[in-house]
Amino acid sequence: MSRVRPGRDDSPDRLYTLTGGRSSSGSTAFDVVTLVVAESDPAPGMQSEHAAILRMCRFPTAVVEVAAGLGLPVSITRILLADLHDTGRISARHPRPTSYRLPDHDILEQVLVGLRNL
Amino acid sequence: MDSAISEQRQTLSSTADNGLKIVVVGGFGVGKTTLVRSVSEIRPLNTEETMSQAGEGIDDTVGVAAKTATTVAFDFGRISLDARNVLYLFGAPGQERFWFLWDRLFSGTLGAVVLVDTRRISDSWYAVDRLEHHGTPFVVACNDFGGPSHSPAEIREALDLADEVPLVFCDARSRESSKQVLISLVEHLKNVVAADPEHGPRPVPEPAP
Repeated sequence: MSRVRPGRDDSPDRLYTLTGGRSSSGSTAFDVVTLVVAESDPAPGMQSEHAAILRMCRFPTAVVEVAAGLGLPVSITRILLADLHDTGRISARHPRPTSYRLPDHDILEQVLVGLRNL
Repeated sequence: MDSAISEQRQTLSSTADNGLKIVVVGGFGVGKTTLVRSVSEIRPLNTEETMSQAGEGIDDTVGVAAKTATTVAFDFGRISLDARNVLYLFGAPGQERFWFLWDRLFSGTLGAVVLVDTRRISDSWYAVDRLEHHGTPFVVACNDFGGPSHSPAEIREALDLADEVPLVFCDARSRESSKQVLISLVEHLKNVVAADPEHGPRPVPEPAP
């Protein structure tokens, strides 16, 4: 890939501009594998990154895939997603929470079946 | 490449609603991306996370310190397991700065694969140590580079590996072999869950001081 690596050569100033100066997405917990689904089409005048996210997420798309598609660090992507989530333009399918630090047996069984079918 | 098929494969099913993750940790050139590519339904993608030395949430002029940002690159692939579950495989570098980002990126991970080049076993010491520290279950997979063969006992000793941690050999270029590595991890996870007396529907206990 010849594309410029996100974050590495960018001035932090540029990234801060994208997020309106925020460096944290607040309480909205977007996991790297939270699946994002667009609930609306891009609108004229929308910030280009927001419009790109809506185009990318017509089908479920993980936060980390959005970050790779935008060419932006994950933390910046989370802030942009939180903007869209707060205004109802995307919905978020968060990973099923586990009740304990180890995964559920049922989930592991499903993963095993899926892997064996590869 | 058949673009029609690859385009189709790029898109997840609209019913997908549960993202899962497994992290493949290893030193530079050990074959992380190769393993991910072998089993992924998409061409592996690359992204980065940055962390300022000053920490998060500092928006005042002290934020100038954020210009000394640490950047960690990682790549990932994807496996649609069924209509709802999607497994993301992350290839992550084992270097020291990466572990500062572990919680932010990989909390809730199912488990990890430590990919080892037996010619450079010491490269993996730190990853094994950090995974134990984080309490993340893992397996060790030795990627076959055709070097001098080591017995499992020698590798276990060199890594100071606990008896219960599975050690497997693989060829990361092979889809079947890479798939077996992941299966061995998930089977290990099932054993860990079954053996854990505290496992059950209860809140996370505070670790002892």
